[in-house]
Amino acid sequence: MATPVTVPAHAAPQGFIRKYIFSLDHKVIGLQYFFLALTAVFIGMFLSLLMRIHMIWPTAVLPVIGEIKPETYLALMTMHGTIMVFFVLTTAPQGGFGNYILPIQIGAPDMAFPVLNMLSFWTTFLAYMVMLAAFFVVGGAPLHGWTGYPPLSAVQSAGPGEGLGADLWITSIAIFCLASLMGALNFITTTLDLRAKGMTMMRLPLTVWSWFITAILGLLAFGVLLSAGILLLLDRNLGTSFYLPQIVVNGQLMLHKGGSPLLWQHLFWFFGHPEVYIAILPGMGVTSQILSTFSRKPIFGYKAMVYAMVSIGFFGFMVWGHHMFMSGMSPYSAFAFSILTMCIGVPSAIKTFNWLGTMWKGHIRFHTPMLYAIGFVSLFVSGGLSGPFLAQPVLDIQLHDTAFVPAHFHLIMGVAAIFGIFAATYYWFPKMFGRMMNETLGQIHFFVTLAGTYAIFMPMHYLGMAGQTRRYSQFTEVAYLQKLIPLNTFITYAAIITIAAQFIFVINLFWSMFKGPKASDNPWEATTLEWTTATPPPHDNFGGVTPVVHNGPYEYGVPGATRDYVMQTDAAVGGGH
Amino acid sequence: MATYTPTTLRDGIGRGHEPPLPPSGGGGDGRGGNVPDYGARLRRARLGLICAIVTVCMVFIALTSAYIVRQGMPTFDDASNSYIHDWGRVALPWMLLAINTLVLLVSSVTMELARRSVARQAALAPVKSIPGVSLGDERSFPWLGMTVLLGFGFLAGQWLAWGELHNRGFYVNTNPSSSFAFLLTVTHAVHLGGGMIALLWAASASLLHQPLESRRITVDVTAWYWHFMAVLWIYIFALLGLAK
Repeated sequence: MATPVTVPAHAAPQGFIRKYIFSLDHKVIGLQYFFLALTAVFIGMFLSLLMRIHMIWPTAVLPVIGEIKPETYLALMTMHGTIMVFFVLTTAPQGGFGNYILPIQIGAPDMAFPVLNMLSFWTTFLAYMVMLAAFFVVGGAPLHGWTGYPPLSAVQSAGPGEGLGADLWITSIAIFCLASLMGALNFITTTLDLRAKGMTMMRLPLTVWSWFITAILGLLAFGVLLSAGILLLLDRNLGTSFYLPQIVVNGQLMLHKGGSPLLWQHLFWFFGHPEVYIAILPGMGVTSQILSTFSRKPIFGYKAMVYAMVSIGFFGFMVWGHHMFMSGMSPYSAFAFSILTMCIGVPSAIKTFNWLGTMWKGHIRFHTPMLYAIGFVSLFVSGGLSGPFLAQPVLDIQLHDTAFVPAHFHLIMGVAAIFGIFAATYYWFPKMFGRMMNETLGQIHFFVTLAGTYAIFMPMHYLGMAGQTRRYSQFTEVAYLQKLIPLNTFITYAAIITIAAQFIFVINLFWSMFKGPKASDNPWEATTLEWTTATPPPHDNFGGVTPVVHNGPYEYGVPGATRDYVMQTDAAVGGGH
Repeated sequence: MATYTPTTLRDGIGRGHEPPLPPSGGGGDGRGGNVPDYGARLRRARLGLICAIVTVCMVFIALTSAYIVRQGMPTFDDASNSYIHDWGRVALPWMLLAINTLVLLVSSVTMELARRSVARQAALAPVKSIPGVSLGDERSFPWLGMTVLLGFGFLAGQWLAWGELHNRGFYVNTNPSSSFAFLLTVTHAVHLGGGMIALLWAASASLLHQPLESRRITVDVTAWYWHFMAVLWIYIFALLGLAK
């Protein structure tokens, strides 16, 4: 069922620049975000490879790069974390797939504010360029990690990279905040105001819910990071003392006095913890979508899934203190943050249970998107289970700043979110590019990546429990860590193999883009609106008509239907219609 | 041909569907926003503005929390070998700031009058388009231009206030109190500058012969943003008062 559209959102562009560079089309902008994130993830991966190599061969002289010095290691670590968190995990799931798919899934011709959408991408691009510029200035990239803790981040003379490199880093983050805020505004308005007739909130695909909630988190969180960043810039450049106490750096007494590094930690983590959910929620949405589609079953507990995501978002703003148990926090505060953190386990468990319930007794089709969705659930559980460990202040005394922490967050927000991105790529590729990806290459890519991921990050838990600290550039000569070198070596080899396997994905992506078999409009026999339109979708998404929605998003295995799924736009046969 | 009725499907648990809608009427809360009529565009713009205001609120909530924390934070003093409060004081030019506040509040009133004026013009446009119909003297006071002037006046007044602070020996790094005084007022001025750009855009819209409806939407959202800026300034003014 469709009705005519009287006025298009904006006219189809004609020239190359308006069509592909400064495009107002949400689909083009989504692809721009996607490819930006693709370059970022390879840069981030390369940096992590250098770190892993340095960890087991600290004196190795690498071609072109030479020997990695301790400060270079810290710069690699900082830029790896920053690029991955901001320009991959925040950019690809929300900016990329959210931009491309959300308007189509709600039956809209575009985002609510197309010009703002274009502006938010190019602002992100500017932030990305400023961030990368930090590599090439005097002193190089900053050393303070992606969390940017002062005093290190607030003192220009604290080390190489803490001069102009750190200023560029903070400026880039501030620009990124602005871009994300513009994007969040657009996503919220679009979801609330541009839904097609009949697309009630409780008929939204769970992907849309996840992007919507993520946008709300972004709207509330990025402003706080922006404020924190402004204070940091002032401390660094104008001599204020927001974060800096009286401090001696390199034998020199600084003029600052009375500030507190903990103030930054509070502001940063008030953003930083919701950021974890900004990264992972879209993955949850796409996993729900794919598990239902490929199990040929309705999602188990749709409303529970929605409320669980809302709860996760809500609690996400109340737990930032669990990153600061070792900062001298009052035990009473730590207790409150600990309890609230463990509360997040409840909606997380509901989601996991419902994903398993969705697959239970389903007619599962093991295509690559489904494999990645199952992989997401696996990583979410594996990484999530160590969360309650770290949420205990008493245990955190032992585990804080050890390799246990990167093991935890890489599984739960790093690789799980990446699996969500892979799942989304394999799932929506046919719609985005009109061709199918190679299934064999996809499955090889999946199994190597899954095994590699576990090989890298599961042993890290043991390293952490054995006392291996994180962030230290060199430990091979530390007596009590000698016995851990073989395990570290194993992790590095696993990382090399896993990173190499990503080239299978890239080859598959670009080869399929041009040479893959042509895709039909609905190759997965899915139900949501993007599968009702042409492949790839026309400029206005639905070719001059706008859909009217009659059904929920996951009507699979419907008794009495002529096929095992009912599209959202299918007219309800029976019931007097 | 087999038929089905989603309302009677299986047990209905965890289906995520609702009863089917009449194909002709639609309904639900999906608004079918693909038709960008004037009302829909205005609603959309206002919704976007609410999001923007929430963002600005979060920026200032963060700064306020930093303000409160920093104000109450003790610091170690070498001389006395004890913890002291180094918040310090800042001699704000209260009279000048009070005048600026008055200018901003008056600008908020003129902005509201401009908003109502454009809304009236938009409402009467269909009537005026009827041949032979005249609504009398159609000249209206240039409230928008007045608001632009007052906005510039406020920013100029703030500039003078910062200069006066310098004259009194208070700079951004003099003490935490002066740091926050500059931080809050400059951050507000930057946000107000954004409103000024929107105002200038709205004012130029008539010169550029933009459609009346587009003008009204621009003026409407700018007006609400402008009122928010006035409220925000009063909040900052009160907050700075606590620093005395």
